[in-house]
Amino acid sequence: MINSFIHIILLLLLPPLLLGVINKTKALFAGRRGPPLLQLYYDLFKLARKDVVISQVTTWIFSAAPAITLVAIILAGLLVPMGPFQAPVVFAGDMILFAYLLGVGRFFTTAAALDTGSAFEGMGASREVTFACLSEPALFFALLVLARISGSLELTAMLHAPMTIGSQAPVASLVLVAVGVFILMLTESCRVPVDDPNTHLELTMIHEVMVLDHSGPLLGLILYGASLKLFVLCALLLHIVFPFSVGSALPDWLLFVAEMLFMASVIGVIESVMARLQMRHVPHLLIAATLFCGFGFVLLMRS
Amino acid sequence: MNNKMRVTSNLSAVERRQIPRHDMETFRRIVAEALSAGQRVVSFFGCKTGDAGTTELLMVLADDANSTVGLLSTVVNGSRFESMTPACPQLHLFEREIFEQFSLRPEGHPWLKPVRYPHGDMPAGTGDFYRVEGEAVHEVAVGPVHAGIIEPGHFRFQCHGEEVFHLEIALGYQYRGIEEALGNGANPRGVHLAETIAGDTSIGHSMAYCQTLEALAGREAPVKAQVIRAILLELERLANHTGDLGALSGDIAFLPTASFNGRIRGDFLNMTALLCGNRFGRGAVRPGGVGCDLEYARAKSLQKALAQGMADVRNAVELLFDTPSVLARFEHTGTVPASVASAFGAVGPAARASGVAQDIRTDHPSGFFRFAQIPMMTCDTGDVYARAYVRWLEIQQSVRFIEEVACDLPDGILRTELGPLRPDHVAVSMVEGWRGQLTHVAITDAEGRICRRKVTDPSFHNWSLLAYALRNQQISDFPLCNKSFNLSYCGHDL
Repeated sequence: MINSFIHIILLLLLPPLLLGVINKTKALFAGRRGPPLLQLYYDLFKLARKDVVISQVTTWIFSAAPAITLVAIILAGLLVPMGPFQAPVVFAGDMILFAYLLGVGRFFTTAAALDTGSAFEGMGASREVTFACLSEPALFFALLVLARISGSLELTAMLHAPMTIGSQAPVASLVLVAVGVFILMLTESCRVPVDDPNTHLELTMIHEVMVLDHSGPLLGLILYGASLKLFVLCALLLHIVFPFSVGSALPDWLLFVAEMLFMASVIGVIESVMARLQMRHVPHLLIAATLFCGFGFVLLMRS
Repeated sequence: MNNKMRVTSNLSAVERRQIPRHDMETFRRIVAEALSAGQRVVSFFGCKTGDAGTTELLMVLADDANSTVGLLSTVVNGSRFESMTPACPQLHLFEREIFEQFSLRPEGHPWLKPVRYPHGDMPAGTGDFYRVEGEAVHEVAVGPVHAGIIEPGHFRFQCHGEEVFHLEIALGYQYRGIEEALGNGANPRGVHLAETIAGDTSIGHSMAYCQTLEALAGREAPVKAQVIRAILLELERLANHTGDLGALSGDIAFLPTASFNGRIRGDFLNMTALLCGNRFGRGAVRPGGVGCDLEYARAKSLQKALAQGMADVRNAVELLFDTPSVLARFEHTGTVPASVASAFGAVGPAARASGVAQDIRTDHPSGFFRFAQIPMMTCDTGDVYARAYVRWLEIQQSVRFIEEVACDLPDGILRTELGPLRPDHVAVSMVEGWRGQLTHVAITDAEGRICRRKVTDPSFHNWSLLAYALRNQQISDFPLCNKSFNLSYCGHDL
């Protein structure tokens, strides 16, 4: 019970910090001081107090989408366990719900973008959906591998499998899946090399261009939702990359938070040392992610 | 050749009556012959004549191989003349400009519309745009208000999915009427205005402006002033090329070089400020000489700062060109073949990146560049990579040049009195600014006052190249291609 409580608290409060860590890491590489670690919290607080400007050509979808997307991601976050602890919501087949909650969020974000009728936002929506089509197979292959290893269809059991099985775990498969899921995480959370969260150039954007017309608290919800998505995917990946636990509650929670921050700095390093891919090469990367996870599955079936 | 055109050299004034005036038919033939023999159009513009209903069209051609400049003219009676653009594409924008300034219609021009909309009857960016029909084709309009803090310009893309079929660029939002505002030569504010023709090319434009006055007066700036001008011009190139490489890096989300070059650009600007007190070189170049001295102590500190700046920029730029993901992004993006670049009359690093060997400092040297050469740097792939790499090569050459020159400054005065301008003369002044060849032409009347000026910024030659570079490219690569040319809006709009 107490662990579920901590889970929810961390899920709601920690995500903006990850972006702070990423930005600090990038600033370090660039020789700059960078924005404060807590910048996104300040931004969210600022946006919450602002007015909203809503285009006259939009419908209710435009205003509702940020909230629906955020709720979908929070629900998805309740299904993914953190560290060695149970997720607050567990049932057989929750992995399917997890994948489609991400899908619902994406659906409403793109619908809101199309709702504005702007050429830019339409372009962004088309890119987002194209890339999603290519990244979903990777996610399902990854989930398949975990389901097979654990023999379960509950996300908690599946994700804890590498830890519980220990040295018996099929390492080769897991390494491939980890790489695939890592690419997936960068894509889904719109990071370099797929998207550039810092750019102001509409023509090159994917995710940012879809939310150009949102302002004030609605924009705040979107930014908060995006950081949550990164957090949830990162928590999922940690089970494959660091399948360890200390065995007692408090150190395990601290270890989990430390691992999350470490992953954030890894993302920051990647963003610092490489340029963005050309847009037409992004599908190649996503197909590679699918192949990684797919081969992981094939290896597992062969052994 | 002499009866065809008045052949002269960069920075010299010729008597107006010595410029051969042909009938339109001969004029067209001579221009077509000259262009097919490898000459380039430097400027082509109209002037009022004494008679109502006629307009004189003056053409300035550059022969890079022989370091000469040719002038010839024709007179148009009535309100139309036959367009030369179908045969000589590099004239397309010049003819549109004549159309809008003198209401002369170039018959047969393939895409005739105003360039700058100076008359106020039509706002900039209006009129017809080229359209591609079809259900799967969609149109994306960008600007004139952009997301970044940049100048206004309107870009109309005809796209099929992510692929660009056609890009049309509509400018003119920055029109200020600066050619007229520069004044008749006696205007003391003229040089200040010349510095603002394109704010990032203050030194280039003020140099070209002052050199037309000096040519018309028949004087030359003192040697020491010429050296200081050359140093200033190269410092301007250093600052802008460094900034451009950083901006290119920022566009592809490669942070280290973007951040470092942003700072190092400031260091180069500070070196300009060390010389003249202003980071953008305002007040540095003055008619008849320069407005700032460079004594031994400051030359020493300039050299020290330059060595440090070069070390920094080398670190940052080598990192850029050593990173595979950067090269993957730069190579084969926005390719302009040499044939297209020369047909459009491209100038500057953009032309040299396509393998068109052309540099005013080498081909038509003036001032101190007659005594100290800077090797011309070219690439041949014509893509974003080439445009970036040419900049890096030029940075290295400019640093070497300043290092050599600044330690060995001649003595002497900094400025000469110009005296009156010679009447009925035409002066052509070409300067290789950091963006490429910029041209000022000035014509004096019978009283020795400048009655017509034509300023041609390198951007005027190169904007259509950007539109070409986007053909069959990804629309998401537009910002990168745009940055690789980094053209001026106000330099074009004047």
